[in-house]
Amino acid sequence: MEQDLVIKVDNLKTYFYNNNKCNKAVNGVSFEIRKGKTLCVVGESGCGKSATASSIMQLLPELSRIEEGSIQYFKDDKIIELQELEKNGKEMRKIRGKEIAMIFQEPMTALNPVLKVGYQISESLRVHYKISKKEAKKKAIEVLSNMGIALADQRYNEYPHQYSGGMRQRAMIAMAMCCSPQVLIADEPTTALDVTIQAQIFQLMKDLQNQQGMAIMMITHDMAVVSELADDVAVMYMGNIVESGTKEEIFRNPVHPYTVALMNSIPVLGRGKTQNLQPIKGNTPSPYNRPKGCQFEPRCKYATDECKKMPEEILIAKGHKVRCWNYKKVLK
Amino acid sequence: MLELQEGFKMNNKEILLSIKDLKTYFPIKKGVIKRTVGAVKAVDGINLDIYKGETIALVGESGCGKTTLGKAILNLVKSTNGEVLYNFDGKFQDILKLNQEEMKMARSKMQIIFQDPYSSLNPAFTIFGSLRESLSTYGIKSKQTQRKIISDLLCEVNLSEEALNRYPNEFSGGQRQRIGIARALLINPELIVCDEAVSALDVSIQAQVLKLLEKFKQERNLTYLFITHNLSVVEYFSDRVAVMYLGRIVELCKTEELFSNPLHPYTKALLSAIPVADIDYKKNQIILKGDVPSPVNPPSGCPFHTRCQYVTEQCKKVVPKLININKDNDEQHWVSCHLYK
Amino acid sequence: MKSRQKNIYRKMEKIKQSAENEHQKKENKNRFIAKFLNNKLAVLGLILFIVIVFMCTFPKLFTSYNPSQIQLTIENYLKPPSRTHIFGTDKLGRDVFSSILYGGFQSIQIGLVSALFAGVIGVSLGCFGGYRGGLIDKSFMRLSELMTAFPRIVLVMLLVSIIGRSKMNLLMIFGLTGWSTMYRLTRARVLSLREKEFVQALKAFSVSDNKIAFKHILPNAIGPIAVNFTLSTANFILQETSLSFLGVGISPEILTWGNMINVAKELAVFRSNVWLWLPVGIFMSLFILSINFIGDGFRDASDTSQQG
Repeated sequence: MEQDLVIKVDNLKTYFYNNNKCNKAVNGVSFEIRKGKTLCVVGESGCGKSATASSIMQLLPELSRIEEGSIQYFKDDKIIELQELEKNGKEMRKIRGKEIAMIFQEPMTALNPVLKVGYQISESLRVHYKISKKEAKKKAIEVLSNMGIALADQRYNEYPHQYSGGMRQRAMIAMAMCCSPQVLIADEPTTALDVTIQAQIFQLMKDLQNQQGMAIMMITHDMAVVSELADDVAVMYMGNIVESGTKEEIFRNPVHPYTVALMNSIPVLGRGKTQNLQPIKGNTPSPYNRPKGCQFEPRCKYATDECKKMPEEILIAKGHKVRCWNYKKVLK
Repeated sequence: MLELQEGFKMNNKEILLSIKDLKTYFPIKKGVIKRTVGAVKAVDGINLDIYKGETIALVGESGCGKTTLGKAILNLVKSTNGEVLYNFDGKFQDILKLNQEEMKMARSKMQIIFQDPYSSLNPAFTIFGSLRESLSTYGIKSKQTQRKIISDLLCEVNLSEEALNRYPNEFSGGQRQRIGIARALLINPELIVCDEAVSALDVSIQAQVLKLLEKFKQERNLTYLFITHNLSVVEYFSDRVAVMYLGRIVELCKTEELFSNPLHPYTKALLSAIPVADIDYKKNQIILKGDVPSPVNPPSGCPFHTRCQYVTEQCKKVVPKLININKDNDEQHWVSCHLYK
Repeated sequence: MKSRQKNIYRKMEKIKQSAENEHQKKENKNRFIAKFLNNKLAVLGLILFIVIVFMCTFPKLFTSYNPSQIQLTIENYLKPPSRTHIFGTDKLGRDVFSSILYGGFQSIQIGLVSALFAGVIGVSLGCFGGYRGGLIDKSFMRLSELMTAFPRIVLVMLLVSIIGRSKMNLLMIFGLTGWSTMYRLTRARVLSLREKEFVQALKAFSVSDNKIAFKHILPNAIGPIAVNFTLSTANFILQETSLSFLGVGISPEILTWGNMINVAKELAVFRSNVWLWLPVGIFMSLFILSINFIGDGFRDASDTSQQG
């Protein structure tokens, strides 16, 4: 399986230091992103999924750092340890944008409002390829129209506020895709968009993946999106991946109490009024006041004393891992 | 002036609120002398009856005018045209034409829960300070009585009495939303507009809040106008659904009917676009082309014709009326489309 | 760059250690005070401010002379600094040091009261106009623009020459001409808060407009207003000084810092009687600086976006 690995994250720990407090946002996370496949990292706010993405891209804010763990990027037989590279060093900058690209949730704030959209894309091209301004402009227009933006040569000269929400997201995808990256990290790219536009964007991403064999890491809080797009799923809670596996395994045989509780608390289309929604009792703990051991223990109905120690990751089926002492009870 | 009409029933269900041809346009002013050069037609001719005790959902995408409609009903934004008739114990009065005093009395019957838990509470006041203002305005001025009422309500939303003395920033999003619900219930309204009340919450918290809303509906016989863009929640939570597009209602019927037999092309596309958290769910993908047109310049004729796969010449010229195609039986199914006559 | 990074890393290690040692530091209830105290300049300013205000309010503790009791003799006419008069005496035989203290009291009073007056006008207009919008807001805006566009010193001089130079008049004039900044600050905050959902919730309960604007929105706008108040005080003291320098300030019988500096207009005094104006100048500058430091400290401490 090593051939189709693109990124391998092993025991990643990223801590944030704000207001004299230490927030262990990512506390031992391991997963793999495979070529041509989509990994969906799903979790609620505060679980550390965006921090994980920022760690891979080395885009962490100043008062934070990767404490432990490794992020390995596999490129033509070479393994590059991303966490060792200097944040803004030459090597990282070569990789960031060209080989690993990222798109964000709010396209309005991700695009520079005072620069023309076309210019921003050309700039990205010229940083990574030695081409002239004219060539960059041509390629940018080409990539804009490939992303489904009509009249791309006109749109090249417009500003972000002249684009609609869906178009801005396409422009951002264009900027990410213009250098044909190996991996695309998408951090909740459609949360701010309408459902019909979201469908368009997903179709676009699937087409791009098929055409270029690109790997996608999709961060979301919506299980429905996971069901649409994912090949592999990783469920995160308070800084740990509590369960991971293929989409079929996770949806048919969820084993971690949090995964099960999450699936039981969301209304699913097609199941009508008779669904029995069960809210997860309690509240997400404050990141500065975390429980000892398993983070879900205070809210878990299968909790035992053992849970005060962080469970290890157990492989229960092919590709299906879970971090729970009591998963057997859930299976019953 | 008060306009009195006889209250009437339809199919043994009493109408609580009747919206007649409501238009809410926001003028766009340009130039030094601020000439009106156009208008954002947020709500463009809505006719809707809301029955007592039902939960009716208002769905649509951004720019369709659902939030504006919710606020227009409570007269929180000024409408340009039309009537909003509320049933005050059998007599219908047009809310839009009430003066300040009458409006205050009317508002005691209708309340609103907002979307953003982070800006719906005043950060400079404690919870008690914020909520007691509502009671003071309606004549309950004794601090003791206020404390009792508010702490009882907070208890019903599963918050302890000590929450009274805390500030909003000490609560999580879900807790703040529960405080918002408590606030809406303070003066015992009959109708509550839930303006995307669960959209900004984490998915597992949404269930908590939905359950609370259900509980209050049963206990207090409330009527909800549930504004949302999340159709999965709609299927679970509401009795009837109205689908909006560019300021108009394009389809209106019972929830089960909408999901099993959608008629309007937009509804069909909307339903096919929603991702479903069930890997065995099969659906036909209808991917709409293009973007939602701007409400400043809505297309002529049917507002959806620019993206519709069944578009005809008539669609481009004539605005279709909202008609009930189920005239024979009790269940009404209203559609606004030339394909259905 | 590298040393900065090292500093940050050191800070991080410290925080991690204290977190691991279960140092359950109590939730810093007052982050504002903590941040303020962290700012060395602000603390310095605060100390200086308190010292000067104390000295000027209780001058009898620091000097036995009373400059309002003029006893002109040959010994104390225009004497340079000596052991009996640490800053010397002036043309009227008054001890300069005590003049600074008594005069300081007047100047500080003028600064504070004018700032208060201008603040009340500016905040009220800004809150009311900003919330209402429409014609009222537009007319207030035009009025404030008029006040800003017109050279303030000229306007004040004009009014002083018409109404007279008493302290009360000066306070009134300062207040009536200096409210534009407070107005604009308040209005900006009110405009941004006006569309917030808690305001709409209040409207949904038919709470009156004035109540919403003044009772509910205004407390949220206090931050920048308080900062501006401190800077305003400094401004008005300087204004009074400039007016005195131009000869149209407060009547010369009342001793203020401005009146004292006024004497330096004459080149002879400027060159040979340095003790008449330099100590006052330094005292005043220190005071104004201290206010500015405090104002900066307030602003940084109330800025929630900055990392602690």
